[in-house]
Amino acid sequence: MEATVNESSPIVWPQTEGIRRVPYRLFTDPGVYAREQQRLFGGRSWNYVALDAELPNPGDFKATFIADTPVIVCRDRAGALHAMVNRCAHRGALVCREFRGNRAALQCVYHQWTYDLKGNLTGVPFRKGLDGKGGYPLDFDLALHSLRKLKLTTYRSLVFASFSDDVEPIEEYLGADIRPWIDRVFNRPVKILGYARQFIHANWKLYVENVKDPYHASLLHLFHATFNIYRANQGGGCLTDPKGRTSIIRAFRRAEQDDRDVEGIAPRTYRKGYELADPSLLDSRKEFEVELTNSINHIFPCVVVQQIQNTLATRHILPKGPDSFELLFTFFGYRDDDAEMDRLRLKQANLVGPAGYISMEDGYATELVQQAILRGDGDGDSSYVEYGGEKEGGDETLNTESAIRSFWRYYRSVMDM
Amino acid sequence: MVEELLAAYTDCIDNDRLEEWPGFFADKCIYKIIPWENVSHNLALGWVLCESRGMLQDRVVAHRTANLYAPHRYRHIVGSVRVLSSDDGAIEARANYLVVRTALDAVRYGTSEIYSAGEYQDRVVIENGLARFAEKIVVSDTARVDTLLVTPI
Repeated sequence: MEATVNESSPIVWPQTEGIRRVPYRLFTDPGVYAREQQRLFGGRSWNYVALDAELPNPGDFKATFIADTPVIVCRDRAGALHAMVNRCAHRGALVCREFRGNRAALQCVYHQWTYDLKGNLTGVPFRKGLDGKGGYPLDFDLALHSLRKLKLTTYRSLVFASFSDDVEPIEEYLGADIRPWIDRVFNRPVKILGYARQFIHANWKLYVENVKDPYHASLLHLFHATFNIYRANQGGGCLTDPKGRTSIIRAFRRAEQDDRDVEGIAPRTYRKGYELADPSLLDSRKEFEVELTNSINHIFPCVVVQQIQNTLATRHILPKGPDSFELLFTFFGYRDDDAEMDRLRLKQANLVGPAGYISMEDGYATELVQQAILRGDGDGDSSYVEYGGEKEGGDETLNTESAIRSFWRYYRSVMDM
Repeated sequence: MVEELLAAYTDCIDNDRLEEWPGFFADKCIYKIIPWENVSHNLALGWVLCESRGMLQDRVVAHRTANLYAPHRYRHIVGSVRVLSSDDGAIEARANYLVVRTALDAVRYGTSEIYSAGEYQDRVVIENGLARFAEKIVVSDTARVDTLLVTPI
């Protein structure tokens, strides 16, 4: 039989270069996307679903997604969190229709099947029919028709859910090297400051590459350079867990600055002549023992925890098909922040999000890739990921793509391709 | 007077005279773009928050020089202007707005889409004989920003 254009042929990674050449088809192929739903999001992954501060009270619920699957997260009367697939066990309708709220029980509107906040079916109308006619068989058992329950875990303020029963404990999943950096940000209870959403017309993995890519920071984002705030040669490095799925990029100001490199290699990043008319935008307060200007922590598969100066946020990557994703920023502070700190965080939010001075280009850059690779599906059509050589995992420089290579290494193994 | 100010304000943005945009604000001013999603949940965080005219000017410089984005133009449709109160030399006004964004980039050239729908919540004062915004809160019903937000609303 002849293969049709729509049929997915196996992804071919080059024999020699391997993950240093990423086939563009991984970003466009519906077959790859479907496989990710099953093996990656549906597999042994901890998928971020919420911050605990979003569900402070018994009965609070939140509707979200694990990749394409609609999911409900709620807090039961005893205070425990639960996650379920947001799909009625009867005929498959969405049970929770609002984005968030507070309920004593969950009820599907179609035939009013009712579930408790743990996802157990507690009642169905006209169970025995009417006037002795119709209804469910005598052996109908409510216990066999609960919502599909997901495994749920929390790590400090982060709430994760998994389709897998044998996913490793979250501490192990995050890795001993990465955990201290998560602990650094989630060192005490948080409070929600607000949301920001972007819809990006690109494959979700292009964004994952972006948050594992310290190389682009001073080249794509020209805000700091334009206003002479700092130079491209700031210090920093990246770190990954042993499997390479989770990473953190850390940047800090170097005491000694060297302009020569910057002018020689990337003149576009260094422009003289502008100053902020109101530099109060960059007023910041020291609040961590280890001072970093930027800390971008990707937790596989779909969340980024960011600290940029005093802005703290999770960035939830929500795939919406092979060629689009939503990026949902949940900005937070600490419950014990004073009024001045609140003000500072709200003001610095100018830096991040859809209108963020130093983040708006990220989504746009991924779109520029998606637009150009649309027909890049031939053998050998692939990106070139060799900055920093063949090194994988951590690196003590920002001039590297090692964390991206680690991601693809892990991705290949999970996807078995 | 409010209608005239809004007409001049949106004309300035739609015709890419952003350098004039900070001039529509009073010396002491607040400009904020916040999604209704946050307002409705009593969350203060906005996408853009300028607490001085200097911060407005910085937005313009960044728009022209620093930030990278797909070229586009806006068309504002403003309607249902309501004056809520007028005293102490300040006018509280509300107006509905719609922004249609037309792409000017190589791939999507000429495509127009509703980019943002929402409400202006304005406080207008007279400064040096001219009506200016002392406060302009843009409450955007549209919560999901298509790609990015760089041009003011």
